[in-house]
Amino acid sequence: MKDRQRNIIVFGAASTIAHKTILEFCKTDENNFILIGRNEERLNSIKSEVEAYNASASVLLCDATNIDEVILTAHVCLNLIQKIDILYIAHGSLPDNELVYKNNTKLITEMNTNFLSVITFITELIPRFEEQKDGVIAVISSVAGDRGRQSNFIYGTAKAAISTYLSGLRNKLFHFGVHVLTIKPGFVDTQMTKDVPKNPLFAKPESVAKKIVEAIKNETDILYVPGFWKYIMMIIKSIPEGMFKKLKL
Amino acid sequence: MANKITSFGRYFKVQPKSIVAPYWLDEIIKSTMYENTLTVGNLKSYGDSCLSGDNNLIQTINFNKLISFNIKTGILKAEVGISLEDIINFIVPRGWFLPVTPGTKYITLGGAISNDVHGKNHHKFGTFGSFINSFELLTSDGQIRTCSPNENSALYNATIGGLGLTGTILTAEMRCFKIETSYLDVENIKFKSVKDFYAINDDSVEWESTVAWVDIANDCRGIYNRGNFSNRRKYGLILHSEKKINFPLNYPFINNFTISIFNQLFYSKQLTKIQKITAHYEPFYYPLDKLLNWNKVYGNKGLFQYQFVIPLDARNELNDIVKIFKKYNQKSFLTVLKTFGELKSPGLMSFPKPGITMAVDFKYNDKLHKCLAEADKIVMAVGGRLYPAKDSRMSAEDFYTMFPNIEEYKKYIDPNYSSDFSKRMNLTK
Repeated sequence: MKDRQRNIIVFGAASTIAHKTILEFCKTDENNFILIGRNEERLNSIKSEVEAYNASASVLLCDATNIDEVILTAHVCLNLIQKIDILYIAHGSLPDNELVYKNNTKLITEMNTNFLSVITFITELIPRFEEQKDGVIAVISSVAGDRGRQSNFIYGTAKAAISTYLSGLRNKLFHFGVHVLTIKPGFVDTQMTKDVPKNPLFAKPESVAKKIVEAIKNETDILYVPGFWKYIMMIIKSIPEGMFKKLKL
Repeated sequence: MANKITSFGRYFKVQPKSIVAPYWLDEIIKSTMYENTLTVGNLKSYGDSCLSGDNNLIQTINFNKLISFNIKTGILKAEVGISLEDIINFIVPRGWFLPVTPGTKYITLGGAISNDVHGKNHHKFGTFGSFINSFELLTSDGQIRTCSPNENSALYNATIGGLGLTGTILTAEMRCFKIETSYLDVENIKFKSVKDFYAINDDSVEWESTVAWVDIANDCRGIYNRGNFSNRRKYGLILHSEKKINFPLNYPFINNFTISIFNQLFYSKQLTKIQKITAHYEPFYYPLDKLLNWNKVYGNKGLFQYQFVIPLDARNELNDIVKIFKKYNQKSFLTVLKTFGELKSPGLMSFPKPGITMAVDFKYNDKLHKCLAEADKIVMAVGGRLYPAKDSRMSAEDFYTMFPNIEEYKKYIDPNYSSDFSKRMNLTK
């Protein structure tokens, strides 16, 4: 056990994967969490749970569609804690692509939630990371960002942007001793996918969370989870565009 | 319409109107606004008490957060969808265990309360419900009431063992059992007949946990297990890490041949009359949990478990019941025998009462209904009863006779709640 608590910021703490990851963090070490999300009652129930595990937590309310609020929340975090051991960003929304791709209002909301809120939040914290020369930034991207498909390319676009951003950030912060982890889950049985018909490729959030905590510990760069998605995406990425455009994926 | 679902016995297959598995309190409250509701846990009851072909089903398995735990007093509060497995994994390293546990960890806290489950320590500890300090109950009038022996006590008594019909239990506070190690000092004793079983059992009253496996095809010979949590601290508080074996296939592996081989092997694997070992709680309390989905070995038609309790002195009647199984050529892969103690549960509809209980697994077949109806007559004649959580076939008339508090209980059934079991028993419409 460390002689002090680990400070862990979790954006989107009430998301299923984030919640299970928090519990996984609680199995080892002494932790102090900053839980960020929209629903106070839900965040408070997670706060009670981590307190039962002897960790401490504070709750911050933030709507990821509102970028000013996101930046403000990042500032509050900087004031709440000194050292950031882990910044874990897990929020997101999975829109119905058909409803979004012809509607700019909805498109902008989705891009704010799934992309801009992520990088603006990180941007505010970068100076602290560069200064402390330590810590991990772990962000949930998606296999959907590996190639645009007609069924979910708006979500995929935001996730592709995150993956590219993180790749550059990893390169930049490596020289400061800060590690950046890109997490690319496939199908996971969560609140986000509760209306998606289940198939055998669906993974349990608990096992995904376990892999994420391992990857943070091992300083993995890019984590496909479950691991077989790396190979599925390898195949999907290798299909020539001329052929790919004719597919109904 | 939702997908078809089944319970542990895999005999009933039903298609509820809808199934939701909410994560949060606000979602649960919203879900129970439907007209016809049944809140269920992990669907591990054997029969139809956790099923409904007409209702909107609310499954609590995602509503499973810990709320608090006091390591000094062992008082734990959680949302009811938490599994006993998750509770154990949390409390064992902290030096506590479940006060009462059934033979599987894969059930929810809510299910354990609603069926007032019992375990190998009933003779000393009573039922699971006896360790519930309080719970919050949501009813269809939109009210959330705290229920305990001192507050809304009538509703508390009706809900413990109340088969999920009094509303939706949201959270519960329970008292855990202090342990020094996660291992038990165990004795396994071979015996040749029911008479021997009683002799060993009389000699085992001081043991925390006792149970016997018996071979009903061979004069109820069997092996008696008794164990106490060990206080030799060198063993430590360790979770079990053995790999689980999954039965993915729906293959009818069970037949009269494999049953006799299994029972022969089980009886013969222990060579000496008495075996003294130190066992982890996992193989001691949950020997079948390492075989995931083992119920599938009974094939597509599923299984019936027949569990009854009759008075201790009804030894001849116990033999008569076993004779009926033989007469109908009903063989059992797994049969357990255990005595219940005098401790009374607060639950109005709690199954255990002082006596001896037998639980027999039968592969489903057409003759089973007639065979068990004949066995029912003996159970009823000596004032015994059957376990609703295991039942798929008893008559409503017998059910009313078995549970003397039923009229009192019925006053607390929520008008919007029903299960296929409650309909079969004429408890609800």
